[in-house]
Amino acid sequence: MAGDTLTSTAYIKHHLQNLTYGQHPDGSWGLAHNAAEAKAMGFWAIHVDTMFWSILLGVIFLYFFSKAARKATAGVPSGLQNFVEWIVEFIDTSVRGSFSAKNDLVAPLALTVFVWVFLMNFMDLIPVDFIPAAFEHWVAPLFGIDPHAAFMKVVPSTDPNATFGMAISIFLLTVYYSLKIKGVGGFTAELTLMPFESSNKVVQGILIPINFLLEFVSLIAKPISLSLRLFGNMYAGEMIFILIAIMFNAGLVLGVFGGFLHLGWAIFHILIVTLQAFIFMTLTIVYMEMAHSHH
Amino acid sequence: MNINLTLIAEMIVFVAFVWFCKKFVWAPIINALHERKTQIADGLAAAERGQLEHELAEKRAVEALKEAKQQASEIIAKAEKRASDIVDESKTDARTEGDRLLAAAKAEIDQELQRAKETLRADLGAIVISGAEKILEREVDASAHDDMIKKLAAQI
Repeated sequence: MAGDTLTSTAYIKHHLQNLTYGQHPDGSWGLAHNAAEAKAMGFWAIHVDTMFWSILLGVIFLYFFSKAARKATAGVPSGLQNFVEWIVEFIDTSVRGSFSAKNDLVAPLALTVFVWVFLMNFMDLIPVDFIPAAFEHWVAPLFGIDPHAAFMKVVPSTDPNATFGMAISIFLLTVYYSLKIKGVGGFTAELTLMPFESSNKVVQGILIPINFLLEFVSLIAKPISLSLRLFGNMYAGEMIFILIAIMFNAGLVLGVFGGFLHLGWAIFHILIVTLQAFIFMTLTIVYMEMAHSHH
Repeated sequence: MNINLTLIAEMIVFVAFVWFCKKFVWAPIINALHERKTQIADGLAAAERGQLEHELAEKRAVEALKEAKQQASEIIAKAEKRASDIVDESKTDARTEGDRLLAAAKAEIDQELQRAKETLRADLGAIVISGAEKILEREVDASAHDDMIKKLAAQI
């Protein structure tokens, strides 16, 4: 628990604040002590907790998978190799199912997206106060961080920076492959000559700006919807965990009730965690497929 | 919830992870999977080939067995034929030999008969002469009547 001195609002705010490092308006570098300070830092600030957990989880993923890959043989697979192969085959089937072109990047991209997003989402299932409290009491003093400024958001996918980071990278990849496969002309034609078409040249010319507006919005909507879907789901899920956690402070009856709620939501959340990772991966494959296909 | 440098950092991290995953995770695992797939396919093909060969060998064995049976029955038939031939031959031989022996025996009997007749004839002559001597109470000149006796003997 975050302590009795905290009000519910403060408790929630505390949990929704990233550990932000950046330059204060007065020119000094350091951690933000509250949301307003973090906002004042502007763009040139970094969320230390998001970076730490996302990199840690990615490294864990790649460590175990590359360990299995190094020892991968065509013979009878061992336990870890078996597990890794199971996931790899699952991804491979998904990619084969919705991606028809030839591109060696798509499958590893889908694997990275799926496992990394899954692991980041999975952090949501760790009770909301475990890691933040441990950080506040044991780690923060080591770095001389003020306990009141010891924010710690452990679920990187509840940080839009992480989800947008992935979505924008994927978006740039789709634009790159669109240009590479269809050429500048083909890509431009795709943006301007659809969905309204006319055999009359003049009418077609008039339709170009309308088409461009529609297609451009749908193009931009892809990375935004991709990232916001994941962010929204995980943010809402974590918010509910936080709200349930408030109940633990509100007496025995509510606390026990909250315990059951927490259990139920956690079980339900396992589904969301997996589903969101799967949706993110599937949409990545679909966008890559759209970048490779001619209309 | 601010968008800040974390966005760029996450993009770089993401790209690095994808690159690492492609190079050190995906490639070796998918290669191993493909290799295993071909190995299994080869194994299955070999098993099928083996089965085919086995079936072929079985068919061949059945054929060989059939041929052997046929040969055996042929040999038996031949042997039976040979046996009956031998029996027939020996029967014929035996019959001819019997006939021959019979003929020889008959000839001997005839000879004996002839000899006995001769002896009988001679003896009869002598008996007739001695009988006539007794009847006539005198000696009959055998030489004088020899012709007549001989004629009589020949009539017997």
